[in-house]
Amino acid sequence: MELTRTFKSLEAGDHARHGLSRERLLQMLRRMIEIRRFEERVEHLFLQEGALIGPSHLYLGQEAVAAGAVGALNDDDLITTTYRGHGHAIAKGVPLKLLMAELFGKATGTCKGLGGSMHVAIYPEKGSVYATAIVGSGIPIANGIALALRQAGKRQVVMTFFGDGASNTGSFHEGMNLASVWKLPVIFVCENNLYAMSTRADQAVAAESVASRAEAYRMRSILTDGNDAVAVFLAAKEAIENARNDKGPALLECMTYKLKGHGVYDRAEYRPREEVEQWLKRDPINNFEASLLEAKLATQADFDQIEKQVAAEVEESVAFAKTSSVLPFEDLMKYVYAR
Amino acid sequence: MRELTYADALREALREEMIRDPRVVLMGEEIGVFEGVYKVTRGLLKEFGPERVRDTPISEAAIAGAAIGAALAGLKPVAEIMYMDFVPICLDQIATQAAKMHFMSGGKLKVPMVLRTQYSLGRAHGSQHSQFFPSWFFQVPGLKVVLPSTPHDAKGLLKAAIRDDNPVVFIESGMLYRTKGPVPEEDYVIPLGQCDVKRKGNDLTVVAVSRVVNEAFAAAAKLEEQGFTVEIIDPRTIQPLDLTTILESVKKTGRLIVASDDVKSGGIGSEIAAAVIEKAFDSLDAPILRVASPNMPIPFSPTLEQAYMPNAEKIVEAAKRLIG
Repeated sequence: MELTRTFKSLEAGDHARHGLSRERLLQMLRRMIEIRRFEERVEHLFLQEGALIGPSHLYLGQEAVAAGAVGALNDDDLITTTYRGHGHAIAKGVPLKLLMAELFGKATGTCKGLGGSMHVAIYPEKGSVYATAIVGSGIPIANGIALALRQAGKRQVVMTFFGDGASNTGSFHEGMNLASVWKLPVIFVCENNLYAMSTRADQAVAAESVASRAEAYRMRSILTDGNDAVAVFLAAKEAIENARNDKGPALLECMTYKLKGHGVYDRAEYRPREEVEQWLKRDPINNFEASLLEAKLATQADFDQIEKQVAAEVEESVAFAKTSSVLPFEDLMKYVYAR
Repeated sequence: MRELTYADALREALREEMIRDPRVVLMGEEIGVFEGVYKVTRGLLKEFGPERVRDTPISEAAIAGAAIGAALAGLKPVAEIMYMDFVPICLDQIATQAAKMHFMSGGKLKVPMVLRTQYSLGRAHGSQHSQFFPSWFFQVPGLKVVLPSTPHDAKGLLKAAIRDDNPVVFIESGMLYRTKGPVPEEDYVIPLGQCDVKRKGNDLTVVAVSRVVNEAFAAAAKLEEQGFTVEIIDPRTIQPLDLTTILESVKKTGRLIVASDDVKSGGIGSEIAAAVIEKAFDSLDAPILRVASPNMPIPFSPTLEQAYMPNAEKIVEAAKRLIG
């Protein structure tokens, strides 16, 4: 297993060498802020306004993983995600208004209102192929997508996101094994946020780490700081390059933490206060901004401008969603089977 | 016309579709080097190579998932699950993933894949290698479910299943692999969702499924000796179900038996009976009877297994209750 690398470990001037231009760093920051503000607005729509109902699993606190890992992909690389998929969709460039409309169940949403929050990230137009609501089940599917790409002679890779809980499913183990046996270009990204619902990973994962499970499948793995977008980016970049060059799949474990509970209604009272406070100090956006300032790669004015633009985009998405209409029920039958 | 076995007809369908469309790939346990437990994939690894005929680990969820993902990304996979008893191991992938994808993506995703499997009731395979539960899939809109009973149908339906843009569960009968029947040399496809009237008759309609179609023929011959003519309808696909053909027949005969190898409660017979009652109650001169397996696990003892299974005699007995 490789050691964690952080942004600060990079020498000044090293960023460009690692494919991290100032523009790229600011783009990653922008994605993180888009995710943060979008999710905060979603939470408000659920809890304060009562405008949204149903299960919704916010990505608050994990922004660095989506921004760093997706940031290391090419535009035409593909991802699959899960019911906690808003962040990955945003990182892949799915327009916020289409995401918000889907959360409202509107015909203008990514899935025409037939998917909802847990499937909102299904947007193949931007390479976000699938989002599953069954823990672990996206992993074998990612293998198949990668197989089809390879068989067609394409050089794209597939990145599949899941949590620590999924690493205890049969799908994870069967999928890891098959990917390794078939040398598929898949990057398995485990976002270890320490809890599967309220069950602590240290009580559920019988391994030193999720990353260490890769050894059982003759697969490379990297354990990294999931609250450090640059650390995630660098780890992902290496895994992506290997996969793209037929060196096989990799497992990337990103240690991170949810700012809120499992679902939007979960107050997460099972988490010790000290633990929460410790992680709050490691906020991925605050830390990233501080690092950028320290390295003189950005100014507060840059951040303010991003915040302003994102705030407008989020509000626009809500207005778009609210004024969109719902698919007529009479139309639904035609979506059951492809014709 | 030339005759082929059911297994050879299936192989011909796979081979012809692989030649016709380079996107068609096969994957499953023991399908390559071993050429399939029932030799349906004989010769295909040699002809098409290991990229298109993939032996897999014993990982049903990974097999089904790989087929689904590959279908999403442009291939037309045919995955084989060796026994229907192993299908529940990957049921999440089939029922909750593949079947929902087109719908819940608002029509964006397509899953053109076939899951081939077979049931071995009648081969003394015991409780865990003989099960047949196609009616489970009645509860899973989004899937198509195919049950061929002859070599001719096996070939034409498999070709249609491979060309279909939806996930298709294709259930073969282990008892039928060595049976022979006429199969045309030329290319043909049997559309999914069309019953076949296998035998014309006026006094009684028997809807028979898969292996039991042959039993229905034997029963019809006995009943004919006694002056009753039986119409045999093979639904061939239960999802979609061609109810129109069944209703037309029932309107003519006024009597219906549904005969199939699955357990009686909640089975194929239950669904077809309910649908016929809803649509053609006034045409019925007698109750609808189901000839199916009893509500118990499948016994191993070959003698007991024979007693357990639907057969011609049980169909004749049921017919006598209706015709009197």
